Amino acid sequence: MIDPTAQAALQLRSRPSWRSTKNTLMSVVMVAGFVMIAIPLVAILWSVIARGASAAFTGFPAFFTSEIPNISRKAGPGMGPAIVGTLLITGGATLLAVPLGILGAVYLHEYGRESTFARLVRFMSVVMTGVPSIVMGLFVYVMWTMTFGYSAFGGSLAMSCLMLPVVIGSTEQMLRLVPANLREASYALGATKSRTILTVVLPAALPGIVSGALLAVARAAGETAPLLFTIGAATQFNPHLFEGANNALSAQIFVNANSSFAGAQDRAWGAALTLVMLTFAITMVARVFTARFSMKR
Amino acid sequence: MTIETNPVTEDRGPRPDDRGPRPRLAAASIAPELKPSMVAMLDAAPVVFDLSHVEVFYGAFRAVRDVSMKIHKNQITAFIGPSGCGKTTVLRALNRMHDVIAGARVAGRVRYHGVELYGRDVSPTEVRRRIGMVFQKPNPFPKSIYDNIAFGPRLSGIRGASELDQIVEKSLRAAALWDEVKDRLHSSALGMSGGQQQRLCIARTIAVEPEVVLMDEPCSALDPIATARIEGLMRELKDRFTIVIVTHNMQQAARVSDRTAFFTAELDSKTDQRTGVLVEYDFTSKIFSAPGEERTENYITGRFG
Repeated sequence: MIDPTAQAALQLRSRPSWRSTKNTLMSVVMVAGFVMIAIPLVAILWSVIARGASAAFTGFPAFFTSEIPNISRKAGPGMGPAIVGTLLITGGATLLAVPLGILGAVYLHEYGRESTFARLVRFMSVVMTGVPSIVMGLFVYVMWTMTFGYSAFGGSLAMSCLMLPVVIGSTEQMLRLVPANLREASYALGATKSRTILTVVLPAALPGIVSGALLAVARAAGETAPLLFTIGAATQFNPHLFEGANNALSAQIFVNANSSFAGAQDRAWGAALTLVMLTFAITMVARVFTARFSMKR
Repeated sequence: MTIETNPVTEDRGPRPDDRGPRPRLAAASIAPELKPSMVAMLDAAPVVFDLSHVEVFYGAFRAVRDVSMKIHKNQITAFIGPSGCGKTTVLRALNRMHDVIAGARVAGRVRYHGVELYGRDVSPTEVRRRIGMVFQKPNPFPKSIYDNIAFGPRLSGIRGASELDQIVEKSLRAAALWDEVKDRLHSSALGMSGGQQQRLCIARTIAVEPEVVLMDEPCSALDPIATARIEGLMRELKDRFTIVIVTHNMQQAARVSDRTAFFTAELDSKTDQRTGVLVEYDFTSKIFSAPGEERTENYITGRFG
């Protein structure tokens, strides 16, 4: 038989108290907060899928492959040229902004550090993050489009201006996370500074750099304002980066959603769904790449 | 996983703490007594490092002053002393690791085989290729085991796969790690245990065939078994390399080293800053049995402060 007093001492259940009430209360608040954040996200996804799916997937893959009707009141597909345009423009912007941004961040963190010039560059990069995207569009319009005319490359230029400070910022952050003892290990083996950066620091930071860059790409792919003045509005396929007017999904959403014709509005929803799927795919690639190339275990 | 027992480390395992009345110098029994013939042999070894009046500054702060000593070839030299006494600082001055810290400066003379280490035309990368370093915390690169070892040889331009394979195997064998990892050379080094990682770092250091291996408290993050293995390894490597080890563990210094340098920190009354000084440098058996300085004896017997 167990002594009843010993049994009382073994009372391990938590007793009702203000502490446990607080715990319940805060849990409820946090769950409510999560639900409030999730509501708009789910609502956006739901409305885009509900209204865009029929436009995008009726007669699949017509919507993704046929040209944009040149009369906007006409109903039916497609968005092909805008998809090609978005890929061209975003691809061009990535090729411009990512290498430049990574090189800039390597300079800032590994060489410039706290020098006056490095601080100036870092400050300007922060300022650049705050420049509205339409201002970037106007800037490129004046500097490039007025001389060379509409082209996908003009859009790439404007978009890369938006991406550049984001890439610099995220890359510098990732370089900062590389532990100092890895650098020391490399130096102690007789490696030079440049060699250490190339073979130790950058590979160690690579997963973070890549996912940061791809998130910047996904973010920029949906930008509309920088493209309004720079790419024109072609309705036919234009696979050339440097020549001729082009189009983009975001610009098509803007134009078609403003239209009073039901056919055009359907195309806007279809384009919106396509854009969401595209950015989702880019984000997924970023995730997979990060998981695959990070050597944690 | 099978743990291979190293015959050298087996009988030299960590000793349980002696709870009985303490002998006057606890570590004296561990350090073997030197015969005159041994002394002559140790003294006959060529001098690798000749330090005279070395001072190290971090900005305006003088961390260490007036260190003069000679470090001999194929011997293990231990630096002991309380925290903040500058032993790691002196160690890092031996392969110019202070160069990569902004504001750090070495004054005085450090001669390596008679060559001024901080001379005008001396390249720090060449210095570090000859004088390797193992750090307190195991710091393998986030690469495969193989690529960790091959890193140094690749720096010196070795590209051939068979040659690299040979170097990797030889280095891992020398670090008593080969049998444990030979089947997973291409998996990440970060998946190893702490003791394995530290032996990997030693293998990585000796893969570039340095002359000197500096070790900065290589066992402080390891358990006693891993520590015993590293100590056994050090005794084996002594024939090929000159080893300088910083340690907090006096018994470790007594167990493995031939010579011991005792450092302590002195409070500068004018600047109110603590500066490291070399108190005594002698044969390990002498330091642990009949130290010449009272401060050394106080530290060794635990009456420090």
